[in-house]
Amino acid sequence: MTTEIANRDFRRPGRGRGLLDVPKHTFLLRLLVDKELQVRYRGSILGILWSYVKPGVQFIVFYLALGVFLDLNKGLENYAVYLFSGIVLINYFGEAFGNGARCFVGNGDLIKKIYLPRELFSVSTIGVGLIHFAPQLLVLLIADFVVGWHPNLMQLACAVVGMCILTAFAYGLGLIFGVANVFFRDSENLVDLLVMVLTWVSPIMYAWERVADKAPEWLLHLYLANPITVSVELFHYAFWYPTLEYEWHVPPHLLSMWTPLAVVIALVTVVVGDLLFRKFEGNFAQEL
Amino acid sequence: MSWLDNDPELSKPMPPYVPSTEPVVIKIDNLVKRFVLRHTRSMKEAFVWLLKGRKGDLSEKFNALDGVSLDIHEGERVALLGLNGSGKSTLLKLISGVMHGDQGEILARGRIAGLIEVGAGFHPDLTGRDNVYLNGAILGMTKSEIDENFDSIVEFSEIEQFIDTEVKFYSSGMYLRLAFAVAVHTDPEIFLVDEILAVGDEPFQKKCIKKIKELSQRGKTLIVVSHDLDMVKRLCERGVVLENGKIVEDGDIRDAVSHLRPDG
Ligand SMILES: Nc1ncnc2c1ncn2[C@@H]1O[C@H](COP(=O)(O)OP(=O)(O)OP(=O)(O)O)[C@@H](O)[C@H]1O
Ligand SMILES: [Mg+2]
Repeated sequence: MTTEIANRDFRRPGRGRGLLDVPKHTFLLRLLVDKELQVRYRGSILGILWSYVKPGVQFIVFYLALGVFLDLNKGLENYAVYLFSGIVLINYFGEAFGNGARCFVGNGDLIKKIYLPRELFSVSTIGVGLIHFAPQLLVLLIADFVVGWHPNLMQLACAVVGMCILTAFAYGLGLIFGVANVFFRDSENLVDLLVMVLTWVSPIMYAWERVADKAPEWLLHLYLANPITVSVELFHYAFWYPTLEYEWHVPPHLLSMWTPLAVVIALVTVVVGDLLFRKFEGNFAQEL
Repeated sequence: MSWLDNDPELSKPMPPYVPSTEPVVIKIDNLVKRFVLRHTRSMKEAFVWLLKGRKGDLSEKFNALDGVSLDIHEGERVALLGLNGSGKSTLLKLISGVMHGDQGEILARGRIAGLIEVGAGFHPDLTGRDNVYLNGAILGMTKSEIDENFDSIVEFSEIEQFIDTEVKFYSSGMYLRLAFAVAVHTDPEIFLVDEILAVGDEPFQKKCIKKIKELSQRGKTLIVVSHDLDMVKRLCERGVVLENGKIVEDGDIRDAVSHLRPDG
């Protein structure tokens, strides 16, 4: 009983095509994102609503403690908005990167027993990150409208670019650390540390001019070469600058030089992550 | 003796083995799988090892599969036999794509569904229902196909009552029931079954074997790993015996069984 199988091509089992597999598996991807959220909010009454409550409270605390009590508004007008537009980004980055780094180990039960294009796990962490990012963005926009926000199209486009850079960077780093984590569980501890350091070496809590005032030029260049600094500045340019009464300047050459460089760095991270992933994917099942 | 003897279908003797002339669906060529008997799992040790100029091996290695070559043809029912640790599960994992080999090559065509040991790709924190969807999607079903087959899957597994319970609370038999039910409903062209039938109770084993027979009658290819030699003798016409990662016997199931059971 011969079927049409004789006419089909041979495949090598377990060899995915990386990101190219994603469009073919949108249903599976959706299930993986659902699964992630379900596992995260298991046994919780508010469930996903938590992702609205947390940034809301965070913003109010910043506004009162830093803006009103510490009076940081004097230095930077609308400091709470300034701070929050950076915080939402680093929250998103930390979550996407951290979950990316943990995703292969966390899905060990699936990886050991059945083949699916495993890069879907990484992609699904970005999906989860975006779902949690949306409420924070909403809080940011509400704050923006309260203080008076007049963005132009260019500034909105910058926000989108900043988001894309950060997504690619988090995805790439998540892959690299995720692969490493399968072999050395130290890697996931390193992630939290790295996110903390990255939070302080980008202009989230303070303005970039502080670095420019103190640091030699080469250090400032290094500072601006950090894709997170670039994304954060693009977000400031989009969500904070249009609320100001006075003129403010983004770091020199932000759009002409540092943004393209950040795009390149983020893409290189993705390529390196993808190469590492392809090289080691075949050993995941036996190491987990 | 066992229920196998009372079943009119299964008590019939297997016809003598004739090498198949059907198209090849799995082509395995000189496959080697090397495992590391790892001593270390921390960066510290690896770092020290690097500092010392990578002297000595960080870890011992051995070949779980050592040059396996095997062609499996469409519609064949192959039993993969061997003592504990001979490499049977490893071979199935390589065929299903869960792991990659270190040397040699595997080529396959057709949809493969594998039940690799107990717990074939379920997420412990999800309910049975969610796992049916996840597992079905992994095995290549679309949402509407799963929707359509959902009731029939649950009915086959006979665990309606527990379908909304997280699977980490399932007994191993319940796990098997659900995994088997999903796998057969994906209509695989190649079906890999490792051991798992052993944890099913007798009525369910019967049901599985009937289903497996049915799949094979529809021309599906079957690779079964089992230590139940009486059972595989009635289910498979071809037997492959592995010993320390090498094939030592490949042919009629009766020869394969007597290789493992020289006195009986
Ligand atoms: N992830 C792993 N890491 C290291 N060694 C492994 C791993 N998986 C299997 N092995 C080794 O490979 C060898 C073959 O294992 P395998 O599971 O294929 O045996 P098997 O034939 O299925 O045995 P059984 O009849 O007990 O199921 C064993 O010696 C086992 O210890
Ligand atoms: Mg085994």
